[in-house]
Order: sequence, then C-alpha cells, then structure tokens
Amino acid sequence: MRSALAALFVREVKIAGRIGGGATVGLVFFLILVTIVPFGIGPERQLLARIGPSILWIAALLATLLGLDRLFQADDEDGSLDLLMTSEVPLEILVAVKCCAHWIMTGLPLVLASPFFGALLAIEPPGLAGVGLSLLIGTPALTFLGAIGAALLVSLRRGGLLMAVLILPFTIPVLIFGVATASDLSGPEGPGFQPLMVLAALTLIAAVTGTFAAAAALRVLLR
Amino acid sequence: MRLRAEGLSIDRGGRRVIRATSFALEAGEALLVTGPNGAGKSTLLRAIAGLLPLAAGSVHLAPSAGFDRDASLSERSHYLGHADAAKAALSVRENLEFWAALLGSRNRPAHSVEEALTRLDLSRLIDVSAGLLSAGQRRRVALARLLMTKRPLWLLDEPQNALDSRALDCLLDMAKEHLAGGGIIVAATHTPLPIEPGRALRLGGGP
Amino acid sequence: MLVYANPANFLRLVERLLPAVTLLTLVLFGLGLGLVFFVAPADYQQGDTVRIMFIHVPAAWMALFIYGVMAVAALGTLVWRHPLADAAQKAAAPLGAGFTLICLATGSLWGKPMWGTWWVWDARLTSVFVLFLIYLGLIALWQTIEEFGLAARAAAILTLVGVVNLPIIKFSVDWWNTLHQPASVFRLGGPMIDASMLWPLLVMAFAFTSLFITLHIMAIRNEILRRRLRRLSLRVANQAELPSFGKAAAQ
Repeated sequence: MRSALAALFVREVKIAGRIGGGATVGLVFFLILVTIVPFGIGPERQLLARIGPSILWIAALLATLLGLDRLFQADDEDGSLDLLMTSEVPLEILVAVKCCAHWIMTGLPLVLASPFFGALLAIEPPGLAGVGLSLLIGTPALTFLGAIGAALLVSLRRGGLLMAVLILPFTIPVLIFGVATASDLSGPEGPGFQPLMVLAALTLIAAVTGTFAAAAALRVLLR
Repeated sequence: MRLRAEGLSIDRGGRRVIRATSFALEAGEALLVTGPNGAGKSTLLRAIAGLLPLAAGSVHLAPSAGFDRDASLSERSHYLGHADAAKAALSVRENLEFWAALLGSRNRPAHSVEEALTRLDLSRLIDVSAGLLSAGQRRRVALARLLMTKRPLWLLDEPQNALDSRALDCLLDMAKEHLAGGGIIVAATHTPLPIEPGRALRLGGGP
Repeated sequence: MLVYANPANFLRLVERLLPAVTLLTLVLFGLGLGLVFFVAPADYQQGDTVRIMFIHVPAAWMALFIYGVMAVAALGTLVWRHPLADAAQKAAAPLGAGFTLICLATGSLWGKPMWGTWWVWDARLTSVFVLFLIYLGLIALWQTIEEFGLAARAAAILTLVGVVNLPIIKFSVDWWNTLHQPASVFRLGGPMIDASMLWPLLVMAFAFTSLFITLHIMAIRNEILRRRLRRLSLRVANQAELPSFGKAAAQ
C-alpha cells in the first residue's frame, strides 16, 4: 500500500508542477486580495498593522477555497476517479493523500509568501512570524474542509462560488482561532499558546472529518 | 471461479434502467452486453464494478487466487470505461506505472511497462506526454493498463472505440489470452465484437 | 411506518392529517398568545418588551429541532435510501432558515433595548448565525444540482457534517463568556424560570412545533407532486421523440 500512496502523491505533485497555473494563480489571487485592502481602507500604517493578520487569513481562506474546486473534478472527467475507487487502498486514504499533495503545492506557497505580503500591510517582523506560523498550522484545515465541498460538487462543472458558500461557514472557527493565534504569538505579553493548541486541534479534526466526508461524498455522488 | 448476478435492478437518474437481470459466468467465459444507446449497458458495467449502487439483487465473484478472501469485486476487476484515465501532463510510462502501483499489490507484482507497450505497439511513445496522443493511441494506453496488473474480471465498456483494425486484433488477442488464463470478461458494445467464447445479453427491449 | 414510504400512501395520509394539524396549530397559537399577553408578567426592568422572548426562544428551539429533523432525514437518504427522506430534507431547509431568521431578528429587536446593541459577535450569536449560513448553503445546493437524487445525497452529507454545530450552539453560553444569557430551561437541575413564564413558553413552543409540522408535511406533499409532474412531462417528451422505443420508455 505504501507504494500506491507514494505513487499517488508523486503523481499529484508532478501534475500540479507541470500544469502550473494552480499554485501561481492562487498566489497571485492572494497577493491581489492583500493589496486591495489598503486601497479600500486607506494606507494608515497603524490601522493596517492592526488588521493585517486578519486580512492575510481571510485572503488565504478565499484563495484556498476557490482553488480547490478542481481537486476531484479533473479525475472525474478523465475517468481516473472510477479507477481510484477500484484500488485496494481505501478511498479515505487516497483522499487524504490528494489533500496533502494539494496543500503542499498550493497551500504551502501561501504560507511561505505571507511574511512578504504581510510587510505590505505594515506588520512588524514578530507579527509576520506569528501570522506565518498560524497559517502553517491552520491552512491544512482549510484544505481538508474545502475537500468536502470539492467532493460534493464533483459533478457540477461550475461549482466554485457555491463551494465557497457551502464550506465557508465551517471554516469560521479556523479563521477565528487562526487570527487569535497570530495575535497571541506576537502579542506584547508573550505567547500563551492556547489559541495555537485549539488551532492545531481544529486542523486535526478537519483532517479526519474532511477525508471521511469527502470520501463518503465521492462514493455516494458518483453516477 | 464464477461470476454470478441475480435479479439485478439498477436505477439511474431516478429511472429504473436495468430490471431483474441475471446471468452466471464461469472462468474463461465472456458476456457481451448489447443494446441501443441508453439501454443501460454502461450502467450495468458500472454497477458490477461497484461504482453504482444496486437497487435490488446481488452480484458475486467467487474467491480468486492471489487476493484476500474478503477482497471486494471492485478490487478484483479491471474497469475500462469510456474515458481513458490518462493524465495529459504525464508521459505514457508515468501513467501506466501509476496505475500499476495503485491497482496492484505486493503479492501481485506488475508487469513491466515496456512489455505492455510492446504488446500494444506503443513502445515508441513510452516517454511521450499522454496529452499529445491521438484518441486511438490513448485507448491503447488504457488497454495497456489491463496488462500491467492481473485482475480476474474485466469490465470493458465499448473497448473497441477509436481502435483501428490492427489494434482491434490486439484487443481480441488480449481478451483470448485473458479468458484462456481463467479470467472472465463482461463487455458492452453496440457493434459486433468477436470475443470467443461469448454469450450475449441484450438490454433495452426492441428487436 | 414503512408503508408510508410509498409516496402515494404518504399523500393520502397528508390529506387526512392536514386539516387536523392546521387546526391544532391555530388553537395552540391562540392559547399561547393568550397566555403570553394575559398571564405572563411584564418584566421588572424591561417592561413588556420581554414578551419578545416568547417568540424568540421557541424560534431558536425550532431552528435547532428542524436541523435535527433534517439530519435524521439525511440518514434516511444515505443509509436506507428512503424515497420520502429526500423530500423531507429539501422541504425542511427553507423552514429551518425561516425560523433561524426569526430567532436572529427577534433576538436583535430584544437585544437593542436590553443590551444596547443590535448585534454582538459572541459565541451564541455567532454559532446561530453560522447555522443560518449552513441552512442557506443547503438551499443553494438544492437549487443548483438539478438531479433530485444527487442533490439529496449531497445535501445529506453536508447536513451531517454540520451537525457538529448543534452542540456548539447549545453549550456556547456555558463554554464561553457570552453576552447572551445562559440556559434557563434545558439545563441539569430543571428549568429556573417561574411557572407563569414557563407555561406560556412551553405552549408557544408546542405551537411553533405544530406550525412546523403543518408546513413541513405541506412542503413534502408539494415536492412529491412537483416530481410527479416532472416525471409525467419527461414521459411525454420521451414518447414524442422515439416512437419505436415507446414500450421501453413507458416502463
């Protein structure tokens, strides 16, 4: 089974790397969302620095969710999904591997770019580290939750916006604790780590819920 | 080894497409499912493969060597659908090695990619991106997938689509060899497909 | 019970029940509103505005209860493939959204005089708002996926994933420091509000429940009829186009 999982992971990474588009577009979207905020609310540095972590989190949330709709659609269109379901490896594990590969190719770049984009929002270096770490721990949760939406709408070719509508309510706790973690880690009194613990717990819960719900959805919605 | 279907009823899009259909196949036998478009041939194959739920009835495949006792029918069948499951961004070799890894297991090692491609006269294309292939070539890559790992039941949905006469001969050879080795084939087709020994199952009423 | 799985039987049952539950709803509302305005006392500090509670609290209970009904229907769709479960799910979503909206709106109207603000993002209000968004998402899902069975299965999975929100709503006032008051009725140790307010509240709750049952069975009936109409239209279209397959299409 290990070779099957490794093969799937390598295949996902190769395809994402060769087709390109996905990660780059996500990154540019992230950047655009971050830059339109100063245009919208004015360039006053203190204000930007205060809401900066939240803006980065919201931008990461939207960029992740809107970039996930092709997670299963591509495989559904060319018949690969049918074959994946005839593998000896349980579908849940295949879904988890796909999500991990997707996060590494599209989520991780957002995390790595966030300190640089955060500088555009006048966040100081301690704040940048805090936001980066909170995104590192929290964005996998967004990917796993988004996978549920991607699976529910696998046969709908135009599901992007609807997917965001369905899954955003479930990502609200992740957003709340992600921003709390960012402020906590870079706060003046030193980190208390409580929001970070909750955020990590949310990611673990999302990983389990997401894989099982997405796999169930794929099985039940295949036709 | 035997494949037995009893009283299969399958719904699709809210309509009952297959009604109380039964058949039994022994090792080395093939079933050719014919009928007009929309009669439910693909639906029947997908249901046997476990991709669609059965509204009623059951389908069983007796245990086969090289598999766990409780391996499901899905895990012991090769499903060849209308689509070729070949990623455009990957080369032919990468596609086939992936499916060999995913559909095979430790106690059933895969055949080499080179062997399979030689069989289907695709050796020149081994490192070509699947996106650059013609429809016929992609179909042959899909067929090569069946040679990469051994599974006793072949479920073929219009396998001869896009194949020229030489490729078709190759397909028939593959089928003959599979049946001779004790495999079972269920193939859906709307044109005659000379797979022997074959029984016929006609769906969809009409003459 | 299973005999009502047949839509035709269910329709007959609805025709018999509908006048009775409608009457029951009207009676309970009459009784409830009477109790609210003539038996329940005005609040010492808030005066008569406290009577909004008798709409707000039952609406909140209904918002959660209807989600529970939807979750059970979702299990019916996924586990037993019960044909009525699909219709029950679809019919419940707008009703749930409606009661949640009533809860949020009446809460807001009550909050302004009591807390001085129309809205606050504390744990209880946020989680109920999330419930509202989930209802809206489900309605959008039903409208977007055209194939009924597919929509039912997708909605079922989303509903079951969202069940986690229910305990969060219920216990949010206990787990976090919220502006919203803690539980007064459904708590260990029994309700802690006076009988003169408890009884009108319970009667109003029953009235709301009866209202939901009335509207729900009506909506399920409408959904069944709508699908029948669609099937008949499809049949007509099939027969018109392919005369030689008339026998197959008519099955």
